[in-house]
Amino acid sequence: MSTVKNVRGLLGTKLGMTQTWDENNRVVPVTVIEAASNVVTQVRSEATDGYPAVQVGYGAIDARKVIKPLRGHFDKAGVTPRRHLAEIRTADATSYTLGQELSPEVFVAGQTINVTGTSKGKGFAGVMKRHGFSGLRASHGVHRKHRSPGSIGGCATPGRVFKGVRMAGRMGGDIVTTQNLTVYAVDVEKGLILIRGAVPGPRGGVVVIRTATKAKGAGK
Amino acid sequence: MTNAIDAVDAGTARDDLPEFRAGDTLKVHVKVVEGSRSRIQAFQGVCIRLQGSGIRRTFTVRKVSFGVGVERTFPLHTPIIDKVEVVTRGDVRRAKLYYLRDLRGKAAKIKEKRATAPVK
Repeated sequence: MSTVKNVRGLLGTKLGMTQTWDENNRVVPVTVIEAASNVVTQVRSEATDGYPAVQVGYGAIDARKVIKPLRGHFDKAGVTPRRHLAEIRTADATSYTLGQELSPEVFVAGQTINVTGTSKGKGFAGVMKRHGFSGLRASHGVHRKHRSPGSIGGCATPGRVFKGVRMAGRMGGDIVTTQNLTVYAVDVEKGLILIRGAVPGPRGGVVVIRTATKAKGAGK
Repeated sequence: MTNAIDAVDAGTARDDLPEFRAGDTLKVHVKVVEGSRSRIQAFQGVCIRLQGSGIRRTFTVRKVSFGVGVERTFPLHTPIIDKVEVVTRGDVRRAKLYYLRDLRGKAAKIKEKRATAPVK
């Protein structure tokens, strides 16, 4: 995909999930995201950076903790330092101004979005949990190996285990994007975005919300 | 942090329903939508369970209809409930009255709670 679409994005904190009822009185599971006090910290353009994008800052931080290079970066934008930065690649980057405040009203109810977050860490997980393997049978002579992966390859040929064979290991803590979620409601006053369904990460985790680019009618 | 979620919940929570507990006989007036028009249907039976907390709290009403036990679980805060009437207060010792499912007729009857506890 070479053409960059007009993407709007915000950083936010996942507060948790709850439920509400839609106009047909059906229960809707919603994730509440706090996304107030977003600010444009940098505008990247074709001429200076080779691609158009907007850098967005979010979250309070103790001014003493900001390292000097970053402080200069924030000063250049004329904003107080923020804890998190994210870049939103968008074709209409020039329509943003440095230091511009972005509120949740960049999203409207019913819009499809992608949400990126860091998934919950699961620790060292076996193949059944980590890769969805079926494990071995419960009976018929299987001995203390019910959750093991079974064979991981051939014997003397090739005489080694191929690279990339799925095995047990650290699971979770990855950057995960859930695509084509729907904005259920936007509360500009409280700075909240209600998203239908679940988003990656724990409560209190930072997420990036972008307009969906692969959904039907996206980028309009 | 959670206060924001409580505030979201407060927008949909309803406080117009009476207090009731398991064992109470309830008359639940449910809004039924048929095509374009909606009407109100009553579902009367014994509340056998209250479950969950906050906005997710639900209650289950059991009645015996034409000899067949029917249980219906409602979210407490659902907008399809028009109103809930407490017909009688039941005198039960349990929070979950699953034992009623195994009982028929007179045995499945729940004693009505006396207004004040009788002095022995």
